[in-house]
Amino acid sequence: MSANGSHTNDYVEYAPGYVDNEGPKIVTSRFGYEDSHTLERSLSTGGYDGLKAALKKNPAEIAQEVKDAVLLGRGGAGFPAGIKWGFMPPVWPRYLVVNGDESEPGTYKDRLLMERDPHQLIEGCLIACYALGLNQCFLYVRGEMAQAQENIAQALNDAYAAGYCGKNILGTDVGIDVVLHWGAGAYIVGEETALIESLEGNRGMPRLKPPFFPAAKGVYMKPTIVNNVETLANLPWLMVNGADEYKKYGSEKSPGTRMLAISGHVKRPGVYEVEQGVVSFRDLFYGENYAQGIKDDNELKAFVPGGGSAPWFFGDQLDIKIEASEVGPAGSMLGSGAIMVMDETTDIVKAALRLVRFYARESCGKCTPCREGTSWEEKVLQRINDGLGRPEDIDLLIDIGKNISPGTYPVASFGDEELDAVPFPPKQTTICPLGPSSVAPITSAIRRFRGEFEAKIGASALPESRPGGETSIDALEVDA
Amino acid sequence: MTATEPTEATTGIPFTLNGKAMEAKPGEMLIDACERNGEHIPRFCYHPRMKPVGMCRMCLVEVDTGRGPGLQPSCMLTVSPDMVVNTESESTKQAQDGILELTLINHPLDCPVCDKGGECPLQDNAYSYGPGESRFVEEKRHYEKPIPISDLVYLDRERCILCDRCTRFADEVAGDPLIHFMDRGAQTQVNTFPDHPFSSYFSGNTVQICPVGALTAQPYRFKARPWDLAEIESTSTVDSTGARIVLQSSGDRLVRVLGVDSEAVNWSWLSDKDRFGYEANDSENRLTDAMIDNGEGLEPARWTDAARKVATALAAGPDRTGVIGGARLPLEGQYAWAKLLRQHAQIQNIDAQLGDGLPAQVMAGLPKATIAEATAAGGVVVLLGVDAKEELPSLFLRLRHAAVEDGASLIELTPRTTGLAPHAAVSAHPVPGTVGTVVAALADGNLDQAVGGVEPATLSAMADLLGSDRPVTIVVGRGNLAESADFTVDALAAFARLVPSARYLSGLRRGNVHGALAMGLSPGAVDGLDTEGILRGAATGKIDTIVLLGADPLADFPDRALAERALERVDNIIAVDTFLTESGENADVVLPAAGFGEVDGSFVNLEGRLSPLQAKVTPPGQARADWMIAAEVAAATGSDLGFISLEELRADLSASVSDFASVDWDGLATSDDGPVVVTTGDAPDFGDPVVAPSSDGYGLRLVVDRKLWDLGTMVQQSPSLANLPAEATLALSPSDFSGLGITDGTDVTVETRAGSFTVPARADAGVPKGAAHIPFRLPGFDAGSLIDAGVAISEIRVTVG
Repeated sequence: MSANGSHTNDYVEYAPGYVDNEGPKIVTSRFGYEDSHTLERSLSTGGYDGLKAALKKNPAEIAQEVKDAVLLGRGGAGFPAGIKWGFMPPVWPRYLVVNGDESEPGTYKDRLLMERDPHQLIEGCLIACYALGLNQCFLYVRGEMAQAQENIAQALNDAYAAGYCGKNILGTDVGIDVVLHWGAGAYIVGEETALIESLEGNRGMPRLKPPFFPAAKGVYMKPTIVNNVETLANLPWLMVNGADEYKKYGSEKSPGTRMLAISGHVKRPGVYEVEQGVVSFRDLFYGENYAQGIKDDNELKAFVPGGGSAPWFFGDQLDIKIEASEVGPAGSMLGSGAIMVMDETTDIVKAALRLVRFYARESCGKCTPCREGTSWEEKVLQRINDGLGRPEDIDLLIDIGKNISPGTYPVASFGDEELDAVPFPPKQTTICPLGPSSVAPITSAIRRFRGEFEAKIGASALPESRPGGETSIDALEVDA
Repeated sequence: MTATEPTEATTGIPFTLNGKAMEAKPGEMLIDACERNGEHIPRFCYHPRMKPVGMCRMCLVEVDTGRGPGLQPSCMLTVSPDMVVNTESESTKQAQDGILELTLINHPLDCPVCDKGGECPLQDNAYSYGPGESRFVEEKRHYEKPIPISDLVYLDRERCILCDRCTRFADEVAGDPLIHFMDRGAQTQVNTFPDHPFSSYFSGNTVQICPVGALTAQPYRFKARPWDLAEIESTSTVDSTGARIVLQSSGDRLVRVLGVDSEAVNWSWLSDKDRFGYEANDSENRLTDAMIDNGEGLEPARWTDAARKVATALAAGPDRTGVIGGARLPLEGQYAWAKLLRQHAQIQNIDAQLGDGLPAQVMAGLPKATIAEATAAGGVVVLLGVDAKEELPSLFLRLRHAAVEDGASLIELTPRTTGLAPHAAVSAHPVPGTVGTVVAALADGNLDQAVGGVEPATLSAMADLLGSDRPVTIVVGRGNLAESADFTVDALAAFARLVPSARYLSGLRRGNVHGALAMGLSPGAVDGLDTEGILRGAATGKIDTIVLLGADPLADFPDRALAERALERVDNIIAVDTFLTESGENADVVLPAAGFGEVDGSFVNLEGRLSPLQAKVTPPGQARADWMIAAEVAAATGSDLGFISLEELRADLSASVSDFASVDWDGLATSDDGPVVVTTGDAPDFGDPVVAPSSDGYGLRLVVDRKLWDLGTMVQQSPSLANLPAEATLALSPSDFSGLGITDGTDVTVETRAGSFTVPARADAGVPKGAAHIPFRLPGFDAGSLIDAGVAISEIRVTVG
């Protein structure tokens, strides 16, 4: 298979799911090599040059470079990494935590970065640690990602042996330890405070912000920066080429590239490295270098622009450019770059149920609205889908959502109903955004496709509701 | 709260609450600030004595800090200047309504058969803030109902709303993280780990703080409905900490004890002994009649006959009479008896301690510290002999909190490892007989060589802490019943040289012992015999009459053989007690006393703090208040104590005991914490240091201490507690243990001058080399049979087989 730069119109053999789209490659440059995960390949293709460049600068210069490059966080919130780094109070010890618990439905980009180019990530960690003046990094990798864990473990051993990690890195007096931590398998641990709890050996349950902002009170209540894998993977390139070069890619507000994972009803689902703010959803779905069209040339029905937690977009939003500053005001989020496409054959109720079930099962159980609300939502949706819905269930679903996420939930506009977009993010009665995430598919689906819910309820086998709104529970026996 | 910043701002933080200008204290949580300003915010998970977690979301209120109004959990938000809070806004009300609906969807609503019904925060909040109707028509969560998670606590997971109070308490406050969340999401449940029951000394607190009926206490289950309960505030007499409690009764029986949040003492927490020991009140073995032994065993008798017989026995003469006990009595009973014995009968041989305490004159003269002072942030606390977890559990929680949360440094200077060991900055366990030498070495700066098995590094670590400018408090108790109290006194003498500014907190454990000492129930300064002296006198025919004031020397005096000889030989035994104890069975006259919760009175705790004891139920049969018994005996001798009511007695007490001169007796029951009244006495006479006999190299020096659950009367007469004591085992230092070539649980033979005994042995790294540890009064083995009060250190020899 071809290496860096050469054109291919299909999946890259050594990076399952990755499609080389002939665009600029900031983080995927080695994906074409079978041995991209080894130290040898890394070194022969410029690996650790970024670290060497960084060590010649002082930490403040690096932080400024990152700030100048407007390196947006790639984990979900899209917060500028340089500004996040600036939140650390001058307190030591302090820690860097790498969020490798990629588990947002539809997302599978960090796994590739960890499996295929662990040295790039380690190098990014080292650069960040040096810039932040700290010498302890925890690399938290999702429990299910065995290959990523193995490759990172091997890479760390090699990096230590070669003097890139540990004491006196490359002969300087800089010493940085990177510790690999295997997660135990929970979606919520992708949330930074829950990740920190898990890292400390506790149940993966989020902490409340405020007061526990990781930058001030993170691991062991010490200042902690939690960065996403892809964010850090950008640093080596950035150190070698500089912020000005970096900003030549992407848009002004969102420079650089993003790894986007496209799944669902498209002809060529996969992970693409895409210039931010340049490519639109339409380009992505239909472009020859991207997904190459909707499956079976069907009509697009809806799509999720940024992971299961994102409110849905529809045909009206196809021309929005893929960058956080465009997607947010339009009523959703770019999140972790997971785009799921639904065509006309999609059963919307089932799709919503499928997503909501995920949140119900992954709710950590810490706070009431999420613990009880998500499972209630799932039960009602399941009932509707099973043909046991009641007319009042649709409003009930909306109302349960309001108990989790009060106020008007973010939603995309659709011109035919003259509905204005409600910008992201939603409000929440919960500790973390997991609960509100479960409201996204419900609100999106019911707003746009209420008729499909009503159709299932209309065909309901349920007896008439009793006066007073009570329904015989016997009639509602469904599989739990 | 920590007090690390002494320069706390005195001005309030201005904020707006529902349109009105209010002030919060600096650092105050919004939920507390609102409560103080008259606005109650509903909550489930928040508890003022635990760290907030913001889990239940019930306390969400609309807050605007300048960025627009939004819902914030008021339990995790400190009030900031000019914060605008609206607890009545539409969004607040909607949030409360929504959270309650969600909280209730999986709750079984079995209120009619739930113990919590009627006093249930979930019920109350549902009525006040809830939607009134549920739209949840699906099947609720189901679990087995209820499951015992310990001998005392039952868990109904269907009722649980997962507020994290019990689990937080177990981990954060008690340090026994034996209950925890399991599973995830809506399947989350609280449970124990397999084969690890929630056997915490403090498990009952989780029942009290549970905001629903998920946790119930075995002794109270289905005993009463809250609205039928009558209640009164009192003080726990289980140990000398004096935890403040509420006594609740139904049908003239005590059915429940709850902790009261006393800032000075117990912060609302109780040990399970404080909480469930009331069961003994209802025991069928309670004494209900006066009894006289006319040669054919004890028979019920008329009070007047019994009192006359006591009067006759007391007439044997002051030198030939000894009085043991008095710590069980309320202060007023102690005063009346002290007046009767000292002033009317001229008796000097009086001792409220049973040879397991410390000299009264030494304890009286140590500069006093309160619990708050001892546990203040940044202090150094020496645990001299005392194992707070076993002997003074309420104090243990305060000390633990000080060490874990407030930066206090604990020095454990005890015969063996104690419950505070995990939190101790330094732990030293001198072999019996050497604690005085160890402290003397510190005072003399001799840190270069090991003393009593304590290594130089440990000595230096102690010296560093004690030599810093941090305030030092010494909590002193009798850590080892098998060594003379003189060694502890020597340690105190050395501490007085080492840290002249140190203050002291008494670790004498027995009930109202500090009241007894304040009332003079201690050996007279001139020729007064202590308990050991009285028993020795009785055994040798020099004492004719022994009065047992709620004392059972056969069970509680460390040297059982001596107590047996004494009670066998003595002519007259008079027992005033609530139960017929083993010693009482030997009595010639038995007078039934009213017990805890049955009479009004007062209590002096280990700080010297005076707090009320109040009657909630009537005493059984003819049992009456101790002060009345004293008055009756006085009348039988033809004299008069000078009071015929509690009010007159208290006036008399105030007039004759200077520390109590200005006590507001009527206000006591309503005062928050009670005043510290007992002042420091004359400087103690530590005497000359004792020289520990050298070991012959074969024997092991014995360490005998107390466990919370033992064969004591209260535990054994409380059905729920009676089975909690563990079987006795002999614990040896691993080095001694392996020298014997045995494994854990192997039966070993213990040889003493009194004979050979067999007991299972186990290795315990918390026991110093050269010592052997066995707890007092446990089933399976009577450690009292190993102790010889006549020697400074009791030794045993251990052989295999």
